[in-house]
Amino acid sequence: MKLTGAQVLFKALQQENVDTIFGFPGGAVLDIFDELFRSDIKHILVRHEQGAIHAADGYARASGKVGVCLVTSGPGATNTVTGIANAYMDSIPVVILTGQVATSMIGGDAFQEVDITGITRPCTKHNVLVRRIEDLGRTVREAFHIARSGRPGPVLVDLPKDVIRAVIDENGISWSVNVPNNNNGKHASISERCMTALDMIGKAERPLIISGGGVLLGSASNEFRTFARKLNIPVTSTLMGLGAFPASDSLWLGMPGMHGTYYANMAISHCDLMIAIGVRFDDRVTSKLDAFAPHAQVIHIDIDPASIDKFVKSHVSIVGDCRPILEYLNQKVSENGFSMAKTEGWLNQIDLWKKHAPLTYCRSEKIKPQHVVETLYRLTDGNAIISTEVGQNQMWAAQFYHFDHPNSFISSGGLGTMGFGFPAAIGAQVASPDRVVVDIAGDGSIQMNIQELATAVNYNLPVKVVILNNGFLGMVRQWQEMFYEKRYSHSDIADVPDFVKLAEAYGAVGLRATRPEEVESILRQGLDTPGVVVMDFHIEPEEGVYPMVRPGAALTEMILSKERAAA
Amino acid sequence: MDVRENTIAILVNNKPDVLARIAGTFSGRGFNIESISANVTMHPDVTKIIITTIGDQDTVTKLEKQLNKIVDVIDVKDLTDVASAQREMILIRMKVTHSNRERIKQTVDTHGWKVVSTDADCWILEVTGDRQEIDSALSVLEPMGLDDFTRTGIVALEQCKS
Repeated sequence: MKLTGAQVLFKALQQENVDTIFGFPGGAVLDIFDELFRSDIKHILVRHEQGAIHAADGYARASGKVGVCLVTSGPGATNTVTGIANAYMDSIPVVILTGQVATSMIGGDAFQEVDITGITRPCTKHNVLVRRIEDLGRTVREAFHIARSGRPGPVLVDLPKDVIRAVIDENGISWSVNVPNNNNGKHASISERCMTALDMIGKAERPLIISGGGVLLGSASNEFRTFARKLNIPVTSTLMGLGAFPASDSLWLGMPGMHGTYYANMAISHCDLMIAIGVRFDDRVTSKLDAFAPHAQVIHIDIDPASIDKFVKSHVSIVGDCRPILEYLNQKVSENGFSMAKTEGWLNQIDLWKKHAPLTYCRSEKIKPQHVVETLYRLTDGNAIISTEVGQNQMWAAQFYHFDHPNSFISSGGLGTMGFGFPAAIGAQVASPDRVVVDIAGDGSIQMNIQELATAVNYNLPVKVVILNNGFLGMVRQWQEMFYEKRYSHSDIADVPDFVKLAEAYGAVGLRATRPEEVESILRQGLDTPGVVVMDFHIEPEEGVYPMVRPGAALTEMILSKERAAA
Repeated sequence: MDVRENTIAILVNNKPDVLARIAGTFSGRGFNIESISANVTMHPDVTKIIITTIGDQDTVTKLEKQLNKIVDVIDVKDLTDVASAQREMILIRMKVTHSNRERIKQTVDTHGWKVVSTDADCWILEVTGDRQEIDSALSVLEPMGLDDFTRTGIVALEQCKS
């Protein structure tokens, strides 16, 4: 049987069990969209290609599957670049299918031509321009394999129009994936290193676990919880790792780093053993490297050898998938002969730190953002999928929505992409139609992809948007307040737009709260209203995110509140 | 740690964009390419790229790990401390006149270099050797009417297959 390139593409997608694509059509991909017309695959038509890539990213984070995004050549492709870099920084498996001008035109500055493999080379795990229809099936399947294997990441496949329109006999197509795995077999035996690690754990008097996104990407939350609880070791997780360990557990210390808890940062600064799992030691986590975990020996478990000793030197490193490694460690801990040093003193010390400076805020006559997030947590029983934009809204969400479940916090960690949260929430809602999905947003970030309200309304994806509206680019304002003597240079965005009217213009429901006593009722109303709801909370304009470690300072040098900052 | 010149051999799939990936990894991650040479190996689908870079051991280790993440990289080997032959080639164009012709010829013969191309005014000499030998060839020929030269990157081969 003869197949067109477009048909080969859809066969490959079928083999990869793709059920949803987020995309936007254009000249170079019309043949693909024509085939999509006949396909069973669900397509979500966005309003901007950046929305498509973020939605595919959010879909991947919520479902654990590979997200797929389909856009045209030229501007369609370049509009996805921010989202690709975002997925790359956070190791999210996404396949981006871009249209390309015909192979005979490549290099000639044709209409809507851009060298997208060249542009995205530094921000994809891999990318490839398919030059021959014979390679198409295999290449698409390899893209999925690469995206999800090892340390996951985005893979872009560039599809010239003539390759998509070409015809091939089905027997001439190669489907088999042939990707070398560079990192196999180069590392010392895992079991041996695990035994060394356990020996160190047994001797530690002040042990601490720090986990990151790797535990979630490795679907290892259960094994991770067992590990920490068996050993009774306190846990801190980075922004990317929230939800791997339940925030309701007494061993939970909250997030570390620049806006981490006092007790997580104190524990890092005083521990004698740090067990780091699926974490890459971002500068927002470590702050001043020389002062990071200065008393600790470090055990580092990560799937990416390049993360080991990149910034923080490990004493023992275990390279591999964290789930089987944790399973192995758990098994060894259960065996006779494993014992731990006494850690009561350490656990008591941590309790004292928790009591000394819990996460808190002061109520006032204006709405406090923390109050909104806490109330949202209570009303959703902690069971919502929360996405965030970037800035203060993101930090308040991370601090005050206490995540108990994996894959429930969807946030742009590494790249810090404003405009990520809303389209990512759309993707998460597609992946999890039965869950409550809430985008916690700022009035600045939400405007960066506000056009996706049309997408959410069109497909009846009932995402709830909670805007913590302070009339500022809040995090920029906070830094200007703290480090630039309150010169609020170009960070004031107050009064425009009217988000309630805007929501209504898109056919969504808009609600507004301006006083603290309205917070609960508006949240209730918003959550109970079917369909897309935008809730506009006018919050204290100059509220800050605390604790805060100044950039470049040691983690112990925390500013605990605005009042103490002024003192 | 000691900062020195390191020689790294990278085996890659012979694909059009792989050199861009390697070069991009160097520039994007803050490493420098001092010299580079690339060509096919015994297996026509596989290219070997030899790159020399200046840095300490820690830098080289980080670089190796980053290179290994590239899908089309098959193997990365640091040849700096491995028993190996490391050679460069240089083509040197000499302005030839009645007064210096004999002296150049003599120098070339003495050192076992080669004249690979000639016309009435210019000779092109070929010199191979390690970096020091090339440097000293240049200093010997410089005063004799050296006009221009092209120098390859280092090529290297380990003594024994490890």
